[in-house]
Amino acid sequence: MRKKNSPWLNAPYVLWSALFILAPLALVAVFAFTDQAGRFSLASFEYIAQNQQLYLKTFGDSLAYALEATVICLLLAFPLAYFMANARQRTQRLLMMLIMVPMWMNFVICTYSWRSILEDHGILNTALAWLHGLVSKEAFRPPALLDTPGAVVLGMVYNYLPFMILPIYTVMSKLEPSLTEAAQDLGANRWRVLEQVVVPLSIPGVVSGVTMVFVPSVSTFYISQKLGGGSSLIGDLIELQFLGSAYNFSLGAALSLILMAIVLVCMLVMKQFSDGEESAFVV
Amino acid sequence: MNKDIVIDLKDISVAFDGQPVLKNLNLYIRNREFITLLGPSGCGKTTTLRVIAGFLEPDSGDVIFDGASCLGVPPHKRQVNTIFQRYALFPHLNVYKNVAFGLKLLRLPAAEVERRVEEMLRTVNLTGFERRSVASLSGGQQQRVAIARALAVRPRVLLLDEPLGALDLKLRKDMQMELKNIQQQLGITFIYVTHDQEEALSMSDTIVVMDEGEIQQIGTPKDIYDEPKNAFVADFIGESNIVDGVMLADFRVRFAGMTFQCVDKGFAPSERVDVVVRPEDVDIVPPGSGVLQGTVTSVTFKGVHYEFIVDVQGFKWLIQSTDVQAVDDVIGISIKPDEIHIMKKSKYSDLVGDYSCFSDEFEEMSNPETDSEEEEE
Repeated sequence: MRKKNSPWLNAPYVLWSALFILAPLALVAVFAFTDQAGRFSLASFEYIAQNQQLYLKTFGDSLAYALEATVICLLLAFPLAYFMANARQRTQRLLMMLIMVPMWMNFVICTYSWRSILEDHGILNTALAWLHGLVSKEAFRPPALLDTPGAVVLGMVYNYLPFMILPIYTVMSKLEPSLTEAAQDLGANRWRVLEQVVVPLSIPGVVSGVTMVFVPSVSTFYISQKLGGGSSLIGDLIELQFLGSAYNFSLGAALSLILMAIVLVCMLVMKQFSDGEESAFVV
Repeated sequence: MNKDIVIDLKDISVAFDGQPVLKNLNLYIRNREFITLLGPSGCGKTTTLRVIAGFLEPDSGDVIFDGASCLGVPPHKRQVNTIFQRYALFPHLNVYKNVAFGLKLLRLPAAEVERRVEEMLRTVNLTGFERRSVASLSGGQQQRVAIARALAVRPRVLLLDEPLGALDLKLRKDMQMELKNIQQQLGITFIYVTHDQEEALSMSDTIVVMDEGEIQQIGTPKDIYDEPKNAFVADFIGESNIVDGVMLADFRVRFAGMTFQCVDKGFAPSERVDVVVRPEDVDIVPPGSGVLQGTVTSVTFKGVHYEFIVDVQGFKWLIQSTDVQAVDDVIGISIKPDEIHIMKKSKYSDLVGDYSCFSDEFEEMSNPETDSEEEEE
């Protein structure tokens, strides 16, 4: 059917992926399976196995934080996307702007700003102190907001929320309005329409949203460093091996490989989900 | 008030962004009737349907269902169901679940749901397709699923919005018969929207011809065809030669420079009128023996008959006949009194001309592609 294109047309992409995707991956694998002197070695993996208490906890924490952030993103994004998809064109454009603007700002600056909002004498606590002063004469003891697990999850949600909203919104705004009308026509009230038509048909958007939030969340190091105080996630450990004081490329690469394997398993599980839905979705 | 009336539209007006779409529409629909709203795109027929279904609240006027106003009643509580233009089947559900959708919402026992789904699938000849995904069905089959789904909940009234627009001609003819059969079998009121005049003529008990948000004429298919009320109806339903004329007296009309006997009366003396003569009603006679005389300018073979464009003193007539004529032949034309239909002048009189640009006009009027897209709005 389609005209056969010259194989050279995809040469730039092949070159690109060889240089910037395959080669780094191969490097990671090489580092993981060699020692400082460049000989084949499983030392890093052995080291991880010996200290599995520590690493299991770190991996577990990372997954838990990422999962929490993903769930919160989904809970926030789904209603918002639904609202946007059904709003008037002007409202849709405005909301889209508001969602995109934080993405134009530097990630580091965004995260740093949260520090000044959350710190003990930051914006939020100052406001709380003022409110406290209205109702009570006792001295205000600011609650610790910064350097808590909550702050880390907040940072993840803040940074990755757009990646959840956009795919869900895209899928929803492409839903035929006549499908909603057909459901209403057959006796479905607004909740039934949502439950039986909008939600099942939005699953492909949800799946890509979940992937796009979960994957960067699970490997982040900057957010946990800046907002989580000492708390270290797997991303932090990996960073420590390459840029930090530990400086053990081999261990860092081994950890990366394990993380990639975990993410891959998670994605396969997700894909299982979406495949079931998509097979009914192909038109 | 007539008890047999199921839906009564009173003085309905609807405007989109200040553009009037329906202008004081009054229409009642009898129980078990097959009524067709017929008109070109943008005439307000789909809007009328949406008002009845409850998807659109009229700016003014009232919708009476079974004697009670149903303004403000949301669509899911109305006893009407709709067949949508593009079927609107749920892509995530298989055939069975699509048909069962409304039944499950009624919280019927599972056995009853199953019984009724099977019954509906039998009615539309889709037994055995239960587990198929709707995307794997052909257009005609999807159409049947949509019908089964809407009829499964046993509505009082079924609204059909150009349901056959996306099907090819042969399938369309079959489905027309089938729909008519289903309607008679189940005794449900059908309100059918189409721009296809042939479809309307062959299926309906009553036709409502609409244009620019107003009803032009309501009547049986025969009434509409034989006694069009104005030039728009005459032009839209079938082919018509519409000629300027003057009523000289009762039963005497003058057009094309000649005086004819006719069967119409009740016009003012010398009132200017539109005269309609259907192309199949014009008789071709040897030159000299007819009342009018003209030159054949084009001949088209249509299978059953020929279609001639005949120039009579500069006015192009459309004539259908089984006689063979050639281009440039001079022929006589004779018209019997009961084949002449007189209409009052209307705002449409100036818009209909002769058949000098026949083909363009025809295409624009009956091209389903251009039509259905705009109706979606």
